[in-house]
Amino acid sequence: MADNKLHTGSSETSAPHIVNYSTYVLVWLALLAFTAATVAVAGINFGGITLLIALIIAAAKASLVLNIFMHIRFDDVVFKVFVGIAIMTLLAVFIFTFADYIFR
Amino acid sequence: MADHAIHGNYVDFYDEQGPHKGVLAWILSTDHKRIGLMYLIALTTFFCIGATIGVLMRLEMLTQGRTIMGPQTYNSLFTLHGLIMIFLFVIPGIPAVFGNFFLPIMLGAKDVAFPRLNLLSWYFYIGGGIFAILSLFLAGGPIDTGWTFYVPYSLRTGTDVSWMILAAFILGFSSILTGLNFITTIHRMRAPGMGWFRMPLFAWSIYATAWIQLIATPIVGITLALVAIERLFGVGLFDPALGGDPILYQHMFWIYSHPAVYIMILPAMGVVSEIIPTFAHRTIFGYKAIAVSSLAIAFVGYFVWGHHMFSSGMSDTARWIFSLFTFLVAIPSAVKVFNWTATLYKGSIDLKAPLLFVLAFIFVFSIGGLTGLILGALATDIHLTDTYFVVAHFHFVVFGGTGFIFFAALHYWFPKMFGKLYNDRVAKVAISIIVLGFMMLYFTFFILGYEGMPRRYYDYLPQYHGLHVFATVGSWVMITGFIVMFANLFYAFKKGPRAGMNPWGGMTLEWTVPSPPPQENFEEIPVITHGPYDYHAQEEAKEKQEEFNHSAEDEK
Amino acid sequence: MSKIPDAAVVNAALPSGRPDEEHLLEAHGHKDKMGSKIGMWLFLLTELLLFGGMFLIYGIYRYMNNEDFHTAGQGMNTIIGALNTVILLTSSLTVAMSITALQKGNKKLSLTLLGFTIFFAVWFLVNKYFEWSHEIRSGIYPKSPELLNRSQGEILFFGLYYVMTGIHGLHVIIGIVVLSFMVSFIARDRVTSTDYSKLENAGLYWHLVDIIWIFLFPLFYLLR
Repeated sequence: MADNKLHTGSSETSAPHIVNYSTYVLVWLALLAFTAATVAVAGINFGGITLLIALIIAAAKASLVLNIFMHIRFDDVVFKVFVGIAIMTLLAVFIFTFADYIFR
Repeated sequence: MADHAIHGNYVDFYDEQGPHKGVLAWILSTDHKRIGLMYLIALTTFFCIGATIGVLMRLEMLTQGRTIMGPQTYNSLFTLHGLIMIFLFVIPGIPAVFGNFFLPIMLGAKDVAFPRLNLLSWYFYIGGGIFAILSLFLAGGPIDTGWTFYVPYSLRTGTDVSWMILAAFILGFSSILTGLNFITTIHRMRAPGMGWFRMPLFAWSIYATAWIQLIATPIVGITLALVAIERLFGVGLFDPALGGDPILYQHMFWIYSHPAVYIMILPAMGVVSEIIPTFAHRTIFGYKAIAVSSLAIAFVGYFVWGHHMFSSGMSDTARWIFSLFTFLVAIPSAVKVFNWTATLYKGSIDLKAPLLFVLAFIFVFSIGGLTGLILGALATDIHLTDTYFVVAHFHFVVFGGTGFIFFAALHYWFPKMFGKLYNDRVAKVAISIIVLGFMMLYFTFFILGYEGMPRRYYDYLPQYHGLHVFATVGSWVMITGFIVMFANLFYAFKKGPRAGMNPWGGMTLEWTVPSPPPQENFEEIPVITHGPYDYHAQEEAKEKQEEFNHSAEDEK
Repeated sequence: MSKIPDAAVVNAALPSGRPDEEHLLEAHGHKDKMGSKIGMWLFLLTELLLFGGMFLIYGIYRYMNNEDFHTAGQGMNTIIGALNTVILLTSSLTVAMSITALQKGNKKLSLTLLGFTIFFAVWFLVNKYFEWSHEIRSGIYPKSPELLNRSQGEILFFGLYYVMTGIHGLHVIIGIVVLSFMVSFIARDRVTSTDYSKLENAGLYWHLVDIIWIFLFPLFYLLR
């Protein structure tokens, strides 16, 4: 039934999801690579999109941490919804506030 | 005592022997019912303080010029009135008292998900309240910025802004923890068989409210903290002399404080959705529409904050966007009002005190809501900004909305909470007096505001004198009504007749446990097989029971 | 004590095809791991929104004073910022691995990895200390005459820099305290390979602190 979408039963009855050390190390290496990339790119002037590039890299790093380190990917759907709500709210607040400043 | 006989012996939660005695049995208790009652005592106290300040302000406005206080005192009083009423009464209001007491019972649970955290929230609440009161007596003197703490004045004034901000910050923590607790409770503690759409509507409204508490409060928390940091260390953040933008502060403040009015009103709407089916003895009309409209209000209500700033110098584009959303949020609110009246239609209405309160609420809230549209329209708002019209509007929605329903809820659940019945006729008289005084006081404000009386002034021009006198008399009438109401309830608490398990014929789970409820609410966790207001199923069950009785007699 | 109804009774009462209701019984009866995780995540969301508010302020001020922000950003020490990023990322790795270690029953490894995490956290703060004191010595701190002589955008940049990294630093300190408690819990077997939700929640908190820094780093240290 549709009204049970947010129910959160299945994952806890099954065995806990244990992530391998190797997965974590790979993610860590990726994070370091992203860090190196963002530092390297910062030296180059791309004009208006410099900030955008930096933010995209940061978002990629954050999503790695969220999904793997924080287990969002393996966890119950309810947590994805929670994080989604928070991020969407924040995004909307940014858009509405900038609607004031951009059009002043 | 009849109930006891029927349901066998039980010990209600007042008599339950815990590890502690006396006051400690209360202030160390993690029982959601005791915590709810402790909130009730604290909130009522703060309400009385706030109301007293309000009456004093009206007294000052009785005559032109100085009546009983000077301008600085008046500035402090309207600030305190706002801070106490908003942060200490209406925002915690219904969730803290009735949410705590009834949410777990209505879900069929023994307690909330995190009982100790629940007690901690109460301590934060009390701590915040104490800090707020304490800040009055410190060196700087009572704060005079208005409850909005607008910069740059809040950065420059010599009064104790930082203390009050600390108090607000702590209260915010309390609010967040309560919200967190309720969301988890609703996700995890529903009785078996209670799917999302079998939850009582009060639980739905608490759920929507808790999300706003969680998502919006941190933003004002950090904003106020930044003001305090700027005051203490001189960091350049909002001060225009250091490059800051005061309008950005207003954005940050209202990003929370507008959703906060939905923190106030949504639980009230939930209570209304409980009271109406009970006293109309009818299944609520449009259950899903009401449930979903709570979430819709929470969602859309998040994006209308700019309508507090139409005259602040915000860009035109932002102004029409916020105006548009302000009009949109009226839709889910209206959905609820239509559903409530539709539920009453052809119901077998039993006009007891709680329902009378609700009807008064619908009337008053509609006025408040519709005048909100006048303020939400860009052109008319320019004329009415910062006048008594705004004051009237928010007293109609906040006091007439949340305030009335807080007391409606108190009357509705009083028999369950204390196991006593109050005098219904006296309660109705009190409500009538309150509504009369309310209209005299606040409707007059609409006229005053429309004629140009600015808010927050301690003095006024001669042409406003008559209306000010009328409003002040109204405040006396209203206070009289409240005194009668409290006296009636207090008398019932002391000497009222015992209430049965279900004095109103309600259908939700709290009416299936004894009054007052036992320590762990349910002897056996209930299993839910039908929706919360299924009067139809109840009739069927009754018929079956009668048939069974008949056949049993026949066999004899 | 409230009695928990018999599973058969419950199943009979339920409309068919809804096995997911069973967990609700567990929530009433036992320690609810899922519940505590939900609570923790909700708390993390409030932290996210708290920093989100500050990022919004940063965004607006940067939009209004883009030139000044770049001028101010020249003075920032990219190397120390990058080093701190690497330190925090590594500490996130060790805390994540320490949970895996505990789940696999390797208590000693788990404790060691947690120790490393705390070590990295302290190292981060030490770097922060040197960075701040360097800036303060060169005369850049709130209300300093040197700073007040600069443009308003630069004043805002450094105001935000001190406040945002300061509040983040406060979270690092809280994280150290929380992780230290976890060390003691694991050592005294109050957190074990079967009952590790406290450690899991502490880990979540630490990762959040890391995520915040991931955004702080490019916004303050990479303006050239």
